Order: sequence, then C-alpha cells, then structure tokens
Amino acid sequence: MKLTLHVWRQKDAKSKGKFAVYQANDILEDMSFLEMLDVVNEELIAKGEEPIAFDHDCREGICGCCSLYINGRAHGPKRGITACQLHMRSFKDGDTIFIEPWRARPFPVIKDLIVDRTALDRIIQAGGYISARIGSAQDANAILIGHDQAEASMDAAACIGCGACVAACKNASAMLFVSAKVSHLALLPQGLPERESRVLNMVAQMDKEGFGACTNTGACEAECPKEIKITNIARLNREFLRATVI
Amino acid sequence: MGWFFRTFYSTIGKKLIMSLTGLFLCSFLLVHLTGNFQLFKDDGGEAFNHYSEFMSTNILIRILEIGLFLGFALHMTEAFWLYFLNKRARPVAYAKNQASENSTLISRTMIWSGSIVLVFLLVHLKSFFFDHRIIGSELTMYQGVVQAFQDPLYSWFYVLAMVLLGFHLNHGFQSAFQTLGLNHKKYTPLIKTVGLLFSILVPLGYITMPLYFLFTK
Ligand code: HEM
Ligand code: FES
Repeated sequence: MKLTLHVWRQKDAKSKGKFAVYQANDILEDMSFLEMLDVVNEELIAKGEEPIAFDHDCREGICGCCSLYINGRAHGPKRGITACQLHMRSFKDGDTIFIEPWRARPFPVIKDLIVDRTALDRIIQAGGYISARIGSAQDANAILIGHDQAEASMDAAACIGCGACVAACKNASAMLFVSAKVSHLALLPQGLPERESRVLNMVAQMDKEGFGACTNTGACEAECPKEIKITNIARLNREFLRATVI
Repeated sequence: MGWFFRTFYSTIGKKLIMSLTGLFLCSFLLVHLTGNFQLFKDDGGEAFNHYSEFMSTNILIRILEIGLFLGFALHMTEAFWLYFLNKRARPVAYAKNQASENSTLISRTMIWSGSIVLVFLLVHLKSFFFDHRIIGSELTMYQGVVQAFQDPLYSWFYVLAMVLLGFHLNHGFQSAFQTLGLNHKKYTPLIKTVGLLFSILVPLGYITMPLYFLFTK
C-alpha cells in the first residue's frame, strides 16, 4: 500500500518544528506502524537525509516508549494497544496519516517525535515506591491479600507509564497515571505505611510539573493502551482527601 | 492553616471545591424551582407574591442567600482558574485531534455551558433581584415576571440558557461524585441515572415558566 505521511520534524528542543510530507511506498499491511516508519527511514537514509526520530524499545506493548499521536489519537485509531502493536492493516491504501509527538508543557519535544517524559519519573520519585529493607525473599503467602484486592491492584499496576493519558486529555492531565501508581500501592498491605505521604507528595509533584487538572472527560481511559479505569482517579481523589483529613 | 491552603491550592483541591459548590448549586436549583412553581397557581400571583415577600424578608433565607452567593463565586473562580491552568498545560495544540473518539462534546465544553449560564444569571439577577429589591419597583414580583416573559427575546434566551444548564448538569452531576472519590459499581449506575434525570427534568421545569407566560398571557 501507498501512504502520505505528515510527520512532525523538529531538530531539537530549542528549534521550531514543522510538518514534513513523505510518501511511503511498498508498505505491507502486516507491518507494524513502527516497521512502516523503519521502511520510510531506510529510504531517507539512502537519500542521505536525516531519519525520523521516534521512541521505541520493546515493540511488544510492554515498555511504553512508543509515544506517537497518530491521526489525532494517542497510539492511533485502535483501542487498548500501543503504537508498536498497531498494524498497517488498520489503514487503507492511499490514506493520509498525521504523526505528532505527545503535546504537553511537561513533555517538551527533544527531537522530531520524541518527547522528554522524565516528569513522570519525578512523580514516581516523589512517592511511587515502598521503603522496605531488602533481605532474602519472603514466603509468598506470609501476607494474605484478598483476591479482589489483588486483582484491582494488578489492574492498576498494568500502567506502563507511556503518557497516552496526558497526550489524549484536553487538559494534559496526568491524573490517570498518578492514580494508577497511587492505587496499586494503596491497595496492598506493603503500600500502607507510606499511604498518606505518598499521595500528598505525588500530587504535589504532579502539580509542580505543570500537568493540568482532571475534568472527568474520560479521554484517558478510552486511550490508555492498558485500559486503566478512571475508577482509579476516584480512588486517587479519595486517598488525597483521606490523607488531608487524617 | 498551611495545610488548608496547600490542599485547596492543589489541582485536586480546586476540583473538590468545584464539586462541592456544584452540588450545593444543584440543591439550590431544586428549591428555587419548587418555589417558583407557585407562578402557575391561578390566583393572579397572590401565592407567588406572598412567597417572594417571605423569601426577601426572612432572616434565615437572607443568611442562606450569602452562602449561595459565595457558592457561585467559588464555583466560578475555580472554574476559570482551572480553565487557564489547563490551557497552559498544552501550549502547542495538535494539528489533528479526534477528541470525539474518546470523550463527549458536553464534557469538553463545561466552561462554555457554564459561561452562558453565568451571562443568564447576570440578566436574571438584574431583572428579578436588582430591579425589585435594590432599586425597588411599583410592580409586584408576579407582575415583573409576567412582564419579563412577554418579551420573546427574553423568554427564548431563558430557554437557551436552560438547555445549556442541562448540558452542564448532564456532565457535572455525575462528575462531582467522581471528584469526591465516589465511583463504585455498586452505586455509580444509580448516580448516573439520577444525574441524567436531573439534567433533563430541572431545566425542563424552568423552561415551562417563560413558555407559559409567553403563550398564555
Ligand atoms: C446553577 C448553576 C451551576 C450548577 C448547578 C453547576 C454545577 C456543576 C457541577 C455539579 C459540576 C461538576 C463538578 C466536578 O466535576 O467535580 C460543575 C463543573 C463545572 N462548572 Fe458548573 N455549575 C453551575 C454554574 C456554573 C457557572 C456559572 C460556571 C461559569 C463559569 C460554571 C463552570 C463550570 C466548569 C468550567 C466546570 C467543570 C470544572 C471541571 O471539571 O474542572 N458552572 N458545575
Ligand atoms: S515500543 Fe515498547 S510499548 Fe511500544
């Protein structure tokens, strides 16, 4: 298949970027979206031009690196997948595809389609961990955790920190990310000793980074490749209230 | 006190204020509506005038009125504050964005539905609060209402504002509970149903008034 790509090109964080138009020929529908970009890049390199810079690592939907805003959607038109899991069969021959980086003040563009997402790392550093003495591994059943509790925690822990929630939210809010990180620890006994300080510090860092506030539009839930639910945001609000009042 | 200001300075704290004041305003909408239904009593406005006299002289009501004013003021201050914070968080817009694939138009335009309700509120206060209670008028409250609603422009603007209030409540009512941390499969379906009914029935109730006077008097 043949495609017309409008790709955001930006030399570095300080330069002004703009869209460049490329023709992608000989694209097979079994290729992943990133493989399609690889093909385009091979051609650019052969012509002596600068290849398109984009983030990627695992290419199987587990690392969260591939941050592409494809045709107006975070990770493209399909639900519940990352850009690397998107296949060209989701497009038609002759389609025009817009490819943009995540847009948010806390995610400055580093080059082309790559943005700096260390703001999310700093939120984790503010409290998204447990402080435990590292000894030999404990017996797996030493602390009993109810089934539903464990499931809810694991659902939240599925967050890969890709930032699609921020990218899709009209307010560039990181609430779904923060709520997932707060939830998976708040739901487990190991997370309880730091329960209050964690949520207060992470929310403070989230605000400091300049992410927007949640208006409950639900765009994050719809675009999350791991389908994390906004019930986690309700839990974050609850944890925040609880930590404030207690 | 530091913790208090820190809490309400945070994005979640601001939203908490929006949700609490929003729900408080919802309760006001209900009380105001039921009181005003006395307009339909076929007694030349006697019951309504009596009621409006009571509302403007009773000391308890006057105190609650200050609370109501504060509720509106807080709700709107936080609304605009958050709006600008949220705008700032995305300095570069997407060239192509398909927001309709992941969210409803109503949920994305709360600031616009709210702002039109605000304009309505100012017009409404001018005709039924300022002119009657501050300046004073020789018309009774009932006569004032009848006169205002005989103007088609006034009445249709009223209708439009109520439709937008309906949109605002359609998203706002259930959203307030999410903001308060109340989202559970046990009761959230109920909240959503009540919110939907509230957002249709309350504005509809208000709409009957201008239309009644526009078409029957
Ligand atoms: C009778 C009048 C009003 C009622 C009953 C009302 C009710 C509500 C409720 C229940 C919410 C949901 C709060 C939440 O999501 O936690 C809300 C949100 C909102 N209201 Fe109002 N409101 C009214 C008037 C206004 C006015 C005059 C404005 C003017 C600007 C406004 C602007 C907003 C905005 C922007 C939001 C969304 C805030 C956000 O999600 O962050 N509202 N309203
Ligand atoms: S490259 Fe790892 S999730 Fe896409």
